[in-house]
Amino acid sequence: MADRKVCILGGGMSKWGVREASIVDMAQEAAKDCFDDVPALKKEDVDGLLFASSYCGRRSFQVNAAPVIAERIGIKPTSMCTRVDTLCAGGSSGIILATGLIKAGMADIMIVVGGEKLYTPQRWETYYSELASIDHDWDGAQGIGLPPPFFSMTAQEHMKRYGTTKEQLSAVSVKNRRNGLNNPKGHFQKAVSLEEVMASRPIAPPLGLLDCTPVTDGCAAVILTHEDKAKELSDRPLVYVRGTAQAALHSMSMNWPGEDLTDWVHLRTAAKKAYERARVSPDDIDVAQTHDCFTISEIIEMEDLGFCKKGEGGPFVESGKSDFGGKIPVNTDGGLLACGHPFGGTGIRQAREIVYQLQGRAIGQVEGAKIGLTHNLSGLNVEHTILIYGREP
Amino acid sequence: MGFENFGTVSFTTEAKAAEFITYLEQGKVMATRCPKCGVSFFPPKADCPSCLSGEVEWFEVKGKGKLATYTIVNYGPSGFENDAPYILALGEFEGGIQIMSRLSKDIAPSDIKAGMSLVVSSLKRPDGRISYEFKKG
Repeated sequence: MADRKVCILGGGMSKWGVREASIVDMAQEAAKDCFDDVPALKKEDVDGLLFASSYCGRRSFQVNAAPVIAERIGIKPTSMCTRVDTLCAGGSSGIILATGLIKAGMADIMIVVGGEKLYTPQRWETYYSELASIDHDWDGAQGIGLPPPFFSMTAQEHMKRYGTTKEQLSAVSVKNRRNGLNNPKGHFQKAVSLEEVMASRPIAPPLGLLDCTPVTDGCAAVILTHEDKAKELSDRPLVYVRGTAQAALHSMSMNWPGEDLTDWVHLRTAAKKAYERARVSPDDIDVAQTHDCFTISEIIEMEDLGFCKKGEGGPFVESGKSDFGGKIPVNTDGGLLACGHPFGGTGIRQAREIVYQLQGRAIGQVEGAKIGLTHNLSGLNVEHTILIYGREP
Repeated sequence: MGFENFGTVSFTTEAKAAEFITYLEQGKVMATRCPKCGVSFFPPKADCPSCLSGEVEWFEVKGKGKLATYTIVNYGPSGFENDAPYILALGEFEGGIQIMSRLSKDIAPSDIKAGMSLVVSSLKRPDGRISYEFKKG
């Protein structure tokens, strides 16, 4: 049997923010929103569920959460029902795995749900649990548990090496918070000015509060199936998973493989693979959702995804080339900076926005978008995950 | 002893690289090297990730390193609240050894410059816990 072509049919989200709801409640909300987005689909026909979440074991005291969620959304999986953990890229990993299973004929219709319940009544737990996301024996013991210090060191090096400015970092936040108005289900729908970002209270200089993604509760969901079934279930233009890649290096903050912290070798490796597999080049991408956990991240991603030259990410963003009407609109629904970042949910939220974009039904629409890209980095920059979607397979 | 007394907060008590702590108690910051592959590791690894052999050698991280980058942590994670603000830095040492550690409180923030010379030394904290830190080289 030849490989089947795999499509994303639609997507949904729970409301993201500070939620008084459990992880299972939010997974159910996201799945309902997703089923509502594909009205011809009978949910009983969904034969597989992947649930992307890193912290449901620790913060919700729920391990083996996938069957619990299957029960709550009223499906009885027969192909696969399991949890996926790649921290910040968990949702994207779920989509890649579902694509592989469907392509190989091991599943027909899969729902990929992902998200986190990060706020708990004991607020200190939020900051304690973060330490589990790094090499805690060594880096954690030094007090680098929370991500901002690592990315602030990265920003310092980028500023020194390439002359990137605080204004350029801030421009990422201004753009993405403005784009956040396009996603009513994201954490924030409030634009911020350059002055506000520049003056936001220091977290780990040069990064201030508005350079950082917030801590967010929420879930997202997408449905994937093979091309023939997709044609049956939807009149919308088909959106194919064209190419994917995930590249991990053994590095944590120590033993970094690049020349310095701004040299994201593993992102370039993943990008090269994903472009090859999707048979496209960076110039072919019409719209992208990249991992703006911090403003500096998006700047380096523009470079190492090949949208601009190395070192030119700052001017690229500042001059509007990654905004609507620019060379490549990036984070058109607000990215992590506006939507928030419930780790396992992020890659799925990005996929949902790309599907809406390629089907011409996004709130902030990029006219004529045919090829879209999503990107996540995981943890303290240990892994990069890329998916490329297209209107053609 | 193992890792239970290491760093401001430690998370693992049992690890095969526990000899690191014994050396640290003697004032030595040690790394390991795989004699077969010739690769050095910090944090020290008890088994080589390249050939997976357990025959690694311990050696002391000596000499002067260079500060690559640093940041001031204003909000410490849970357990680190009383330490903040503190300065985390990345130091590059001979043989491709990279170490992420705190800068000694003896160094005034105004004196910190990328490229400055560093040494890494063991640190006995006032609360009796043990760690390592960077001093001016």
